[in-house]
Amino acid sequence: MFSWELLLEAVIFGLLVGCFYAAVSVGLSVSLGLLDVPQVAHPAFLVVGSYGAYLLGLHGWDPLVAGVALAPLFFVAGILVYRFYYETFEKRGADTGVRGLAFFFGIAFIVEVLLILAFGVDQRSVDAPYIGASVALGDVRIPVRLLVAFGTALILTGGLALYLSKTFTGRAIKAVAQDEVALRLMGANPVRIKQWAFGIATATASIAGAMLIVVSPVDPNLDRVYIGRTFCVVVLAGLGSMGGTLVAGLVLGVTESIVLTMFGASWAPAVAFGLLLVVLGVRPQGLFGR
Amino acid sequence: MKMFTRCCSFLACALALAVGTFAPAAHAQQPIKIGMGISQTGGLGGGGKSALVALRMWADDVNAKGGLLGRNVELVVYDDQSNPATTPGIYTKLIDVDKVDLLIGPYASVPTAPIMPLIKQRDLLLMSNFTFKLNRNLKHDKVFNNSPWAHEEDLAGGVLQIGREAGAKTIAILAADQEFAQNLANGAKNVANRMGLKTVYEQNYPPSTVDFSAMIRAIRAARPDIVYVCSYPNDSVAILRAVKEIGIGDSVKVFGGGMVGLQFTPVIAGLGSLANGVVNFTSYAPGNTMDFPGIRDFLDRYSKKAAEENVDPLGYYLPPYSYAIGQMIAQAVTATKSLNHKVLAEYLHKNEMQTIVGPISFDELGERAKPAVPLVQFQSLVDKDVDQFRKPGRLVIVHPPQYKTGEAIVPFEKARK
Repeated sequence: MFSWELLLEAVIFGLLVGCFYAAVSVGLSVSLGLLDVPQVAHPAFLVVGSYGAYLLGLHGWDPLVAGVALAPLFFVAGILVYRFYYETFEKRGADTGVRGLAFFFGIAFIVEVLLILAFGVDQRSVDAPYIGASVALGDVRIPVRLLVAFGTALILTGGLALYLSKTFTGRAIKAVAQDEVALRLMGANPVRIKQWAFGIATATASIAGAMLIVVSPVDPNLDRVYIGRTFCVVVLAGLGSMGGTLVAGLVLGVTESIVLTMFGASWAPAVAFGLLLVVLGVRPQGLFGR
Repeated sequence: MKMFTRCCSFLACALALAVGTFAPAAHAQQPIKIGMGISQTGGLGGGGKSALVALRMWADDVNAKGGLLGRNVELVVYDDQSNPATTPGIYTKLIDVDKVDLLIGPYASVPTAPIMPLIKQRDLLLMSNFTFKLNRNLKHDKVFNNSPWAHEEDLAGGVLQIGREAGAKTIAILAADQEFAQNLANGAKNVANRMGLKTVYEQNYPPSTVDFSAMIRAIRAARPDIVYVCSYPNDSVAILRAVKEIGIGDSVKVFGGGMVGLQFTPVIAGLGSLANGVVNFTSYAPGNTMDFPGIRDFLDRYSKKAAEENVDPLGYYLPPYSYAIGQMIAQAVTATKSLNHKVLAEYLHKNEMQTIVGPISFDELGERAKPAVPLVQFQSLVDKDVDQFRKPGRLVIVHPPQYKTGEAIVPFEKARK
């Protein structure tokens, strides 16, 4: 069954959801794209961010405010994780990629198990005035929760892109991705820069995790769904490109929404991995990669 | 010689008396173990918790009266986390390690389906708990299902009939890609075909789906007269939230059917006015039409226990039927004076069981011989009020005729006002 009206609705929803996908992927874009750290535990940190928002929500906090308030804690946690990773793997050199991948997979599983032990396997959701409400745009009704997530995602992605291009530390983070030795010659410590950047990448998981629980209920295993989506967005964008992450998020969001609406829900989980395969086959450097 | 024979006879009698006196005493110390895996967490956890409270009530009641065959009843319980992957391991442990005497199935079809080959292979008796047609292929003669339905038509027929009487000509079917939901959806399709309803939308969704906006938009665009939904608890909540956000369109006369979760008080109380107008299957609703002997007393006692254990406070759906499982076990064990699975299965097949949900008899596949599934329409619900469900006019039984307590309000949007 095809109708232009339905397609238009699917595109509008895809754009809203796509922006949210970009926001949940920016942290991974920094850690994998700029720092070359295979942070597959990023979606697990997202889910921790969701549970943080849920816990503060029980005390009357707005989920997004809770996400922002918890970001400094995530920042510190990110610094500690990177320090451990650096001392154990990066410093020793050989086989960092494979060992690092195993390390972060391990962290993801531990996080999952800890969440199950603490909260059980039940889904958790939050209450906020914008959850459950909708606004009418002609015949199209748009859930306010998606509009709120869209706005927050734009601010988060835009803010991070500005930080990386306009500040000294931001430019140093980009430099560490391009030439570590040159950065060292300029008097900056690449390890400290990477540590700082990894902290920022993890802090974004707090805010994005809060958005995640605003958009839909969460459970401890939800990170598995987002591994495919976040990697698809980062690879599609071209590693390390913030603007590209936003565009790639929108491409994934719109494609997924169209497939869901026009072809069926059973195909939806395959969209992210399908796009990933196409990108790797046709343009391995991604849309905005060099 | 005569004296010697007398002495021997006396000693033999004394020994026999001693064995006769002490053996039952030793035996009485061994409880009858009844094992089960039942969801205490996950999507089915809400139902599983309340079912377990009822089963513990039954065990306490039986033990207070001296147990079964002079032995206390002990429940051996594990949480299957609503995850079908856990149940084969749990039941193997119950059988081989815990060495339970009898088995009760997990709550619902999805966690029960993986243990069916094990039960058949070991030739065991299984009192299954609210499953749906799991025995249709295995045809094991020792599986008995306590649910009030036996065929797809029992669940789907009523909803479609209400829609048909309201002039419906088209139907949309949305179903989870899981055992129970798929069986139900297939049943709805068969009934729809027989009624001459045209299917204008049909969609299965994977169990991991959390956002239903796209599907609700597509259904609204298809403009069906009936929307038949077969979903699990988390999905049911998400679907009704999406219906509120997106709207389902004014063409819809009847919405609902096979939404699992709306039977649980915490879920339906959480949804409140969002559920108004939905017509859905259940197993019990208060009213004179379902006032079976013992049910009121059970529900009164259950609500006190439920408050202590912080589970479903009303317990209309699963608890009475879980208690009925215990009653059926008690009746069969007492009548046959046996724990032999073959003997018990034969008794269950041949006799009518007296329970708090009415008399139950089984067909050759262990399903209800006389199925009757009450359909309720949620009417005039308000938000955050649990006590409203005890009042008349909220859970209105609209089908079948013998249980009916009111008329269905159609179209769907009218019932939501």
